[in-house]
Amino acid sequence: MDSNALLYSLDLTAGNGITLSSEHKAALQTSLVILKRNYKFKRVLFWGKILGIKGDYFIAQGVAEDEMSDKKTLYSFNCMDWQLLPPATEEMLAEVSKAAKGRFVGDPSHEYEHAETLRREEEDEAVEEEVTVKVSEEKRLAATVFTIDTEVSVVPRGAYIKTPHGTVQNNRSFEGLSVTEASKLRNYLHFTEPKNLKKKSLLEMADLNPCIDFLDPLSEDIPKGSWSLQMERGGSVCVIRSLLWLGLTFFHVPMSPQHGYVYMGDGLKNLDLPFML
Amino acid sequence: MESQEKALKDERERAAISFKAFLLKNSPKTNMNLYDHLARLLTKVMDERLENAVDVIEDLSLDLKRSLLQDEQSTLRDIPLTSDTEHLADQQRALFTRGAGDEVDHDEEMVETPLPNVGEVSFYLEQAGVGLGREEMQRVFLAVKQLVDTQPLQRCRFWGKILGRETNYLVAEGEYREGEEEEEESEETDNAEKEDEVKEDEDDTGVVEVMDEHPKSTYKPPPVVPKEPNRTGANKFTYFVCREPGLPWVKLPSVTPAQITAARQIRKFFTGRLDAPVISYPPFPGNEASYLRAQIARISASTQVSPLGFYQFGEEEGEEEEEGARDNFEENPDFEGISAHEMVESVSTWVHHVQHILTQGRCTWVSVAEKPEEDIDEEGEEEEREEGADEEEHEAGPPLLTPLSEDAEIHNTSPWSTRLSSPLIPQFAIAVLRSNIWPGAYAYASGRKFENIYIGWGMKFAGENFTPCLAPPPESEYPSEPEIMEALDPTVEEEQAMEAAQEEQRAQEEEEGLEGDEEEEDDD
Repeated sequence: MDSNALLYSLDLTAGNGITLSSEHKAALQTSLVILKRNYKFKRVLFWGKILGIKGDYFIAQGVAEDEMSDKKTLYSFNCMDWQLLPPATEEMLAEVSKAAKGRFVGDPSHEYEHAETLRREEEDEAVEEEVTVKVSEEKRLAATVFTIDTEVSVVPRGAYIKTPHGTVQNNRSFEGLSVTEASKLRNYLHFTEPKNLKKKSLLEMADLNPCIDFLDPLSEDIPKGSWSLQMERGGSVCVIRSLLWLGLTFFHVPMSPQHGYVYMGDGLKNLDLPFML
Repeated sequence: MESQEKALKDERERAAISFKAFLLKNSPKTNMNLYDHLARLLTKVMDERLENAVDVIEDLSLDLKRSLLQDEQSTLRDIPLTSDTEHLADQQRALFTRGAGDEVDHDEEMVETPLPNVGEVSFYLEQAGVGLGREEMQRVFLAVKQLVDTQPLQRCRFWGKILGRETNYLVAEGEYREGEEEEEESEETDNAEKEDEVKEDEDDTGVVEVMDEHPKSTYKPPPVVPKEPNRTGANKFTYFVCREPGLPWVKLPSVTPAQITAARQIRKFFTGRLDAPVISYPPFPGNEASYLRAQIARISASTQVSPLGFYQFGEEEGEEEEEGARDNFEENPDFEGISAHEMVESVSTWVHHVQHILTQGRCTWVSVAEKPEEDIDEEGEEEEREEGADEEEHEAGPPLLTPLSEDAEIHNTSPWSTRLSSPLIPQFAIAVLRSNIWPGAYAYASGRKFENIYIGWGMKFAGENFTPCLAPPPESEYPSEPEIMEALDPTVEEEQAMEAAQEEQRAQEEEEGLEGDEEEEDDD
């Protein structure tokens, strides 16, 4: 969620139970301004909070030219001193998914170890090799934030447009979804590189506006029902919660350009989802 | 030259005029023309003086066209519909009005009220970084007040919120005043049992013509663990839920041990409808209201904590009773409060004040085997119970007011995390406790004051992936006896050997005398 409307947005997503204490809120309002200046960001987003056993990570993201791809992620323990997270690479994601288990500890230098026996065949005899994968929690954090962003980041349809140059930008004339449209899941899009869009048939593509519909809608997610869409406060705000990443909350105020998402949770994916529906 | 120039000018003028005529041509579809549209668009830009108007000119043009269309439709008047927002506002209005009955003397207001100091609770929760937002919390507390006004409750507090897929539940915990509890539930269960019996009868009469006798199931259901009466164990408190503050509160049924044991084996999201069926394996006995109540009981049992020394056991009943049977405690008037630092340093300064639920699904163990029950009249049932009596072990959980440091680690995760609410001003900070086993359960303590709250999905931390329990192996269709076992035919040699053996035996028996005759017949 945008750092400018932080307090307002936090209030609307507070239905999840976790909010920020007034001290943290105040600190964020100061530090995010400094962050924006130091890193020369166009916009700063408060991304959320990942709860660890001994400490909690606060995550912020800075946006440069392109809203979707030019993002840098930073973390902090006290909402004041921010450290840059390394960008997530394929290799890192693979390592993290192997080694990192259980809850976050709250110490970026904590190392997760994972021993693995690799079997190779060398000149007709099988050689067993013990390989230990070591992953620091900082890497795990970077990978988790990246995965959450690719899997469950949400924007309302029309809030961002793809310019002819190929960059993704804020749609200045976005006035919000109407109340009836806001209660339909297909009007919310994954804010990440589309995966299913190219697989669509020409007939389906005909209805899409290439400058707005360049993302995948949430309604096509598998399994069906991995999102919980509710109109809260008697329909004045639309809140979407991801059941895959418990803790991700998105809000949109119908008929207003206000929208945003925040993740407040333990940073664990809910792999049991198919049993729980 | 001049004439040539003039001719050129004329030509241009003519071209301009013809182009203007082209612009002025009305579209047969919309009856608009481009000339007027552009004029209006430019006027709009001039009026509004937008910054970087060139970027949004398409949208402006679209807006303009849309506004023209809307004007034409204005002859029809809209029927004002009451939206959900207005409906809820009407409902919530009642929260903020003082009823006529509320006009009481100041003296009377001083009388102890079942309501906690909600403003203070809300303030501390905000310090701890938990809650539903300041205004929402206020509304919730007003709703709890409404509940207190309508029900004869001795004590009542906001327990927390459970998120569902469609709607959420706000949960209030209450304790009825002595003797004022309604006895509806027992009747309900009786009815349910009767219905079951009726169904069974129907099944019996349905079978009329049977060629072969169907194999009978030898399955005997395990004995039913009796429910704990109200005010004890897992049913110590009564719980009420509502969807939004202002909407009516619904009382949840009391929980049975079978529901608790079933709830432990399944992982399922709440839908948000109390009457929704819980489709799961193993089957859950009851609908979502019962499931919700079972989860509330489980969460309360493991996450309701208080500072060490705040509660003490009553003096009269004490050592005479069995260990673990002590379920009454009272506030310790001499409790001074523990400093926040100490409470953050070690979790042994916190104690559980709700009884542990045993694997049986009850807080106090009861032997199912010895207790004869009237409501089950199957003969085999009692026999089995008598047999099982020796095998059953007396289960005992940790006694009440056990420090949290005794809690077992689950999945290599320490069960509790502590925080100081403010590292900048530690002198006035409060201690915040967070459960890692039930994500969403929080407690805070500051001096003599503490409170517990749960806001979450009602799911226990699973650690590794959830594995649903497997279905039991299917019962064999027929008893496997020697009659129906297939055996290999004996070979000629074996037959001969056997005959020889039999001959020998017969010869021996004949020698022995008369006794052998009877046995001989048996052998054939």
